[in-house]
Amino acid sequence: MNELIIPQQILEDMLVYCKGMYPNEACGILAGRNNEALKIYKMTNIENSPVSYMMDSMEQFKTMKDMRENNLSMLAIFHSHPSSAAYPSQKDLSLVFYEDSVYVIVSLIEKEPIAKGFLIREGSIKEIDIIVR
Amino acid sequence: MAVKVRIPTPLQRLTQGKEEVDGVSGTIMELVTDLDKRFPGIGERISEGGKVRRFVNIYVNEEDIRFLKAEDTIVKDGDEVSIVPAIAGGARQ
Repeated sequence: MNELIIPQQILEDMLVYCKGMYPNEACGILAGRNNEALKIYKMTNIENSPVSYMMDSMEQFKTMKDMRENNLSMLAIFHSHPSSAAYPSQKDLSLVFYEDSVYVIVSLIEKEPIAKGFLIREGSIKEIDIIVR
Repeated sequence: MAVKVRIPTPLQRLTQGKEEVDGVSGTIMELVTDLDKRFPGIGERISEGGKVRRFVNIYVNEEDIRFLKAEDTIVKDGDEVSIVPAIAGGARQ
């Protein structure tokens, strides 16, 4: 995957959710087909923390089931960095498991949120384009 | 009828791309040990020292095994076991 297509409405939904969870980190999943996000799942960060997140495991289990039943793939995993740049931290790198998904990080340090997407494989980070339609 | 085991995407490269495989009945750890015999390497991705890894969640049907008998949870033919690695991270270095 060299690019991730996010419809404007879903992008806005994600950014509003991230801003709404401030100062804590927000997290969620973008599901879709052929590199295009079609559905956003806003997940509960059970850590309620400004510097870390873990998705509620039961919500995640149900989301996986919903994606399967709707023939959607987990295109991206997003979370916010309320006080740091839109770039994977060491903690992000150490906990990457879904290497086929894009890791979208939303930074809230500027006036407007900044979302960037990364493919993280075996510790190497490659930024990919986010195309908004 | 065997136990149906759902394999998460990142581990499907160890199961020749299969999203679902058959598992043996018995405890969760017996099921994982059997999976590792047939799909070498999968065991260490799921468990360590006889325990399910901290960042791996396992469900039997709709129940998290942590709320059942953890690794000693018994599965039987017809049950569905889902292996769901946690999604976590964050800004702290």
